[in-house]
Amino acid sequence: METLSWGEILLRLAIQFTPVWIALALTFALSIAFKRRLGLYGKLFDNWIGMIGFGIVMFWVYTAVFAGLFDWIATHDPLSTASGMKNKVPGTPLRGAGDGDYPYYLLGGDTLARDVFSRMVQGAWVVIRIAPLATLFAFMAGITLGLPAGYFGGRLDTALSFLANLILAFPVILLFYLLVTPEMVASGIPSYMAVVLFLLPILFIVVMINARFHTQPTRRNLLVAGTLLILGWLYLSLVSDAGTPVNILPATLDLFDIPGGILVVFVSVVFVNAPTVFRITRGLALDLRTRDYVAAAQTRGEGPWYIMLWEILPNARGPLFVDFCLRIGYTTILLGTLGFFGLGLPSDSPDWGTTINQGRKLLSIYPHPAIVPAFALLSLVLGLNLLADGLREESLKD
Amino acid sequence: MLLFLLKRIGTMLLTALCLSFVVFFLTNQPAMLEKVAKFEGNARMSDEEVARFLDKNGFGQPMAVRYGEWLGVLPGWTQDDGDSIKGRCIAPGQDAATAPSHCGVLQGDWGSSRVFRDEVGTIIGTRLALTGKMMLWVMILMVPTALVIGVLAGMREGSRLDRGLSTLSIATTATPEYVSGVILISVFASSAVGLKWFKGTATGAMENATFENFFLPVLTIALYGMGYIARMTRASMAEVMTAQYIRTARLKGVSFRNIVLKHALRNALIAPFTVIMLQFPWLLNGVVIVETLFNYKGLGWALVQAAGNNDIDLLMGISVVSVIVVLVTQLISDIGYVYLNPRIRIS
Repeated sequence: METLSWGEILLRLAIQFTPVWIALALTFALSIAFKRRLGLYGKLFDNWIGMIGFGIVMFWVYTAVFAGLFDWIATHDPLSTASGMKNKVPGTPLRGAGDGDYPYYLLGGDTLARDVFSRMVQGAWVVIRIAPLATLFAFMAGITLGLPAGYFGGRLDTALSFLANLILAFPVILLFYLLVTPEMVASGIPSYMAVVLFLLPILFIVVMINARFHTQPTRRNLLVAGTLLILGWLYLSLVSDAGTPVNILPATLDLFDIPGGILVVFVSVVFVNAPTVFRITRGLALDLRTRDYVAAAQTRGEGPWYIMLWEILPNARGPLFVDFCLRIGYTTILLGTLGFFGLGLPSDSPDWGTTINQGRKLLSIYPHPAIVPAFALLSLVLGLNLLADGLREESLKD
Repeated sequence: MLLFLLKRIGTMLLTALCLSFVVFFLTNQPAMLEKVAKFEGNARMSDEEVARFLDKNGFGQPMAVRYGEWLGVLPGWTQDDGDSIKGRCIAPGQDAATAPSHCGVLQGDWGSSRVFRDEVGTIIGTRLALTGKMMLWVMILMVPTALVIGVLAGMREGSRLDRGLSTLSIATTATPEYVSGVILISVFASSAVGLKWFKGTATGAMENATFENFFLPVLTIALYGMGYIARMTRASMAEVMTAQYIRTARLKGVSFRNIVLKHALRNALIAPFTVIMLQFPWLLNGVVIVETLFNYKGLGWALVQAAGNNDIDLLMGISVVSVIVVLVTQLISDIGYVYLNPRIRIS
């Protein structure tokens, strides 16, 4: 069989992504049809830049989900090697392909003769699973600490701001090198950090419910007990892991284990992002606490936590939401940085940073194994930035 | 003003102290010390041998004490093993009686690197000079380009030029150094594409920097920071262009060119100044990535080598230096902001 030309490669790639195109078309058709009823999300479809950004982001989300859950888009197994396919150029036919095998390596083979295209697609699943979730946790932690710092001010504010500046002054890569090593994982420090960091979201939700329903004690008790039970169990399963010093929960009750270095990667990314979120939230709270509706709530006799979580926070949602989109992009970059230095994730993991790191050694002779994940990462982050830009423009309009 | 400065410098010192302790704490975890022992001895040392090594080299004391020794507020450890006295402050072959009792950062002694077998002070000096050279060129390339892009985009908000340049700056902020570096190398330096305009490594640039071997690493760092500064400049320029005095100037018939250059520009450049200064921590990150990618042996490269082998003294030195760089630029940005913008007073 002949090596494919670039036109054929592009055509085959487009066919390979068919489920994604269908899903994207459905999403856009439905969203545009009902855009007047969808609030800020609907307004996004009035804005070209926002729409393009949303399209790129959803492309990667669908790709990740279809590849990760249904095993659809990838043509080969991301970890298996094929003989004679080492460093082959894009479009090379697979040597000795059986009946069930896809006959080509669409984007070539890497130094270990694995399919670059399948690795890129599977890498999306790794990134899409970690980045938004880590950003969400960073936001929970940053908001839980930032609101009281801005609202109360004084000593609390000074102390928390000092801590946040301390982390921000730290060179991120040094921190990664110190935290994300096997020795450090064995010493348990990341696990203890996880214990503290993941406690903040639970605290956040419980305080939120308590502040809302404290006038109806029976309902409040029920809701708080329910959340504590569910979140507490999830929390304990998350932090307790047989391989680390934090091993509280017996194995039968442990719902899931976060594999290998993932937890420490997660913790360090949350840890690096949280101070910036803290600073933004604190600034917003400082500004919003002088508003009339806050004064009205104070006059009504509402408690400080009710005011912070149910008066100030909803009014700060615009800037926070825009920053959330930007920060997912930044988290993706951080994950890539970790992979680039070979930290945390296993060395055969298909995530983009690790793949770039492996491809860069032979960059000047065989650029394709590094270029493909590099473009994937670039397009996802660009999409998130454009989406944030569109959201900012639309939310400023009203 | 003086009080403000003193207060800020006090906070800075406290921050540096806290951070150096954090680094010291992390690098001195038992598992990390074992790594040091195996690096010095051999990889197949038994647990007792590791313990003996650590005890002999002063690692047996409590962590707070050793941090004090590193800082130079506590006397360095000494150990008498029969025929000679070894110690933290006693150089090999030196008489124990003449050696100083304290040797830490306060005495100007930063310790010695286990990887490079040299004084930490010397290593940091040479590496910092190399990194400084790179930073200088990054600044020379990045700042004017970013300002020009920002001013051009912001002077007519919403125009086609603005749209194009804004999208360009968003694209550069979305491209981390390891992505743009990989793309630039494969386009401009690889034999696969054929455009062999530049070199894919910057090792030669350490002694003799030429356009050919130094442009790609500098461009890689500059691109990532450029977009952000350009967007800040654009926002600030767009805001200034809607101000009353610009309208007055326009009404009295000043040409658009003169409005931009003589009236708007100065006021529009106040905000970007702070941003440029606050970019330094990000640049430091980029430097580590680019120096690794292009094999340029500056401070970032040394950081990776030191961290990979848990070279405690060198890591401490590099982290203190980088933290001080970050904090000093923050201070300069605050002070400069006040000087540029007389409407703001430090209370």
